[in-house]
Amino acid sequence: MEFLFLTKIKKKMSGFMHAFSFTYKLFIALILLIVTFILALTFGAADLDMAKVFHAFFSHKTNETFNIFREIRLPREIGAILVGAALSVSGAIIQGLTRNPLADPGLLGLTAGANAALAVTMAFVPTASYLWLTVACFIGAAAGGLMVFGIGAVKKSLFSPVRMVLAGVAITAFLEAIAQGVALTFKISKDVSMWTAGGLVGTTWHQLQIITPIILIGLFLAVALSRQLTILSLNEEVAIAVGQKTLQIKILLLIIVIILTGCAVALVGNMAFIGLMIPHLVRPFVGTDYRFVIPISALFGASFMSLADLLGRTIHAPYETPVAAIITILGLPFFLYVVRKGGQLRS
Amino acid sequence: MVQIYTENLHIGYGERTIVEDLTVQIPENRITAIIGANGCGKSTLLKAMTRIIAAQSGSVIIDGKRITEIKTKELAKKMAILPQSPECPAGLTVGELVSYGRYPYQKGFGHLTQKDRDVIHWALEVTGVSAFKNHPVDALSGGQRQRVWIALALAQETDVIFLDEPTTYLDIAHQLEVLELLKRLNDEQQRTIVMVLHDINQAARFCDYIIALKNGRIVKAGTCEDVIQADVLREVFHIEAVIGTDPLTGKPLCTTYNLIKGETAYV
Repeated sequence: MEFLFLTKIKKKMSGFMHAFSFTYKLFIALILLIVTFILALTFGAADLDMAKVFHAFFSHKTNETFNIFREIRLPREIGAILVGAALSVSGAIIQGLTRNPLADPGLLGLTAGANAALAVTMAFVPTASYLWLTVACFIGAAAGGLMVFGIGAVKKSLFSPVRMVLAGVAITAFLEAIAQGVALTFKISKDVSMWTAGGLVGTTWHQLQIITPIILIGLFLAVALSRQLTILSLNEEVAIAVGQKTLQIKILLLIIVIILTGCAVALVGNMAFIGLMIPHLVRPFVGTDYRFVIPISALFGASFMSLADLLGRTIHAPYETPVAAIITILGLPFFLYVVRKGGQLRS
Repeated sequence: MVQIYTENLHIGYGERTIVEDLTVQIPENRITAIIGANGCGKSTLLKAMTRIIAAQSGSVIIDGKRITEIKTKELAKKMAILPQSPECPAGLTVGELVSYGRYPYQKGFGHLTQKDRDVIHWALEVTGVSAFKNHPVDALSGGQRQRVWIALALAQETDVIFLDEPTTYLDIAHQLEVLELLKRLNDEQQRTIVMVLHDINQAARFCDYIIALKNGRIVKAGTCEDVIQADVLREVFHIEAVIGTDPLTGKPLCTTYNLIKGETAYV
């Protein structure tokens, strides 16, 4: 009964929400991001007030507070925003691509692949630069994804959602075993787990210099292809019927997902649920058309990650609560909610 | 004017042959029905004619060209397809969905031109769903939803429309509504319509031409008077049919039927 009631409210909400123009919603999401970003910059183990933040931004003076801000907090929060946007957009793309409401880069072997590649690279090329580790993450994400898609597509029924998720679970377990095995054998488990436990701790300007342009290009391409994604998300046959080159578009979208996920893992390691959660949170506000879902997911995801990191830094200050743990605690109930809703993403 | 025919079409999945050596011409500006028992290959034939699946050999020719030689976007300006009971992501509005019918005419980011908006408006009007433009598709009834999908196909502005069982899951009144709409599109705009139908009486009533398939081969193709015959139905469906005349339309009508004793419908 109460579910019926909720559905009714939701339908009313979505009708109401559609009345707002998209530009307006985009503007609100942008304001939200700016506010969370400023909050995240201001609060932390070392509290800085707004005026100090402002000074640190615009003056050339140096002192300890300014250095904390410039060298630790600012890169960290920029990293949070980029990773949040990258993972949320990846999640939205994968959900549309596989027409699977439970899809998430973490669920289809991409994150695990990138992780395994990271561990292997750290083991065999301990001197590898950050750029090469990032490249290794791309290759790992691609390999993980290909294994899942390969197994999922052995039979004629290409991209069957259930088959894909099952394959994803199996491949993820396999790749995690590899990562741990390699880490233990080469006695680098501390380094690897520091990385994969998921943290923005120690994000440097050097890392950002490499990652930022790649993520921005990925996000831009995702927005550019969002119309194609909606068509693909309708139905394979309809997509062909209106004249889409479906295989080509699928490959392009997968490459974007691999790049975005690879970058995210290179920066923060494992980070499940955010890619699943954000697009679902966004849909009640903007509908199902990916032309709207992708840009808003990017902004919402960025705000969410930055907020989660702020929580991680402050709830138990001066100790860090891993941001991955916070996101998992928030994300798991959400995951169960989506499971409970069943296939209701599609009618 | 679009001419479509198939030439020695073979379609199959792996070792299994579904359609064998099929050559058939689709009459221009007419409504054609493809009928046959479950698994006879009628949907498969429709999918091969619309490049959704590839044929193993033989070809589908449209305007003198093989469909494999035409760019898929160009083809989308010539033929529209309504798959069997397509799903729609929850929350997508009628207007959004139908606007994607303009995809073949768009470039780059897909900004809608005035022409696009006019066509979308017209497609919503003619299918009688413009009142639902801002409603989510999944909130509509089955009949309304089917008309929305037809509006999407119409927005493509094609001469030919293919439909795979457009009346499945609809009650009898809504079935009639959808078929009347197709008939009107054919009458008023001379669109060629090709559809897979389960109901032979609907095929007889609304279609000018019927192709009856069995095991991937044509048993009989012709006008409804030619095809809706006791001997044809016996061969195609394994039924003993009594054929009369529809008092409303004057078309042949299967009034009652029996399974043929000693034979099963599913071979």
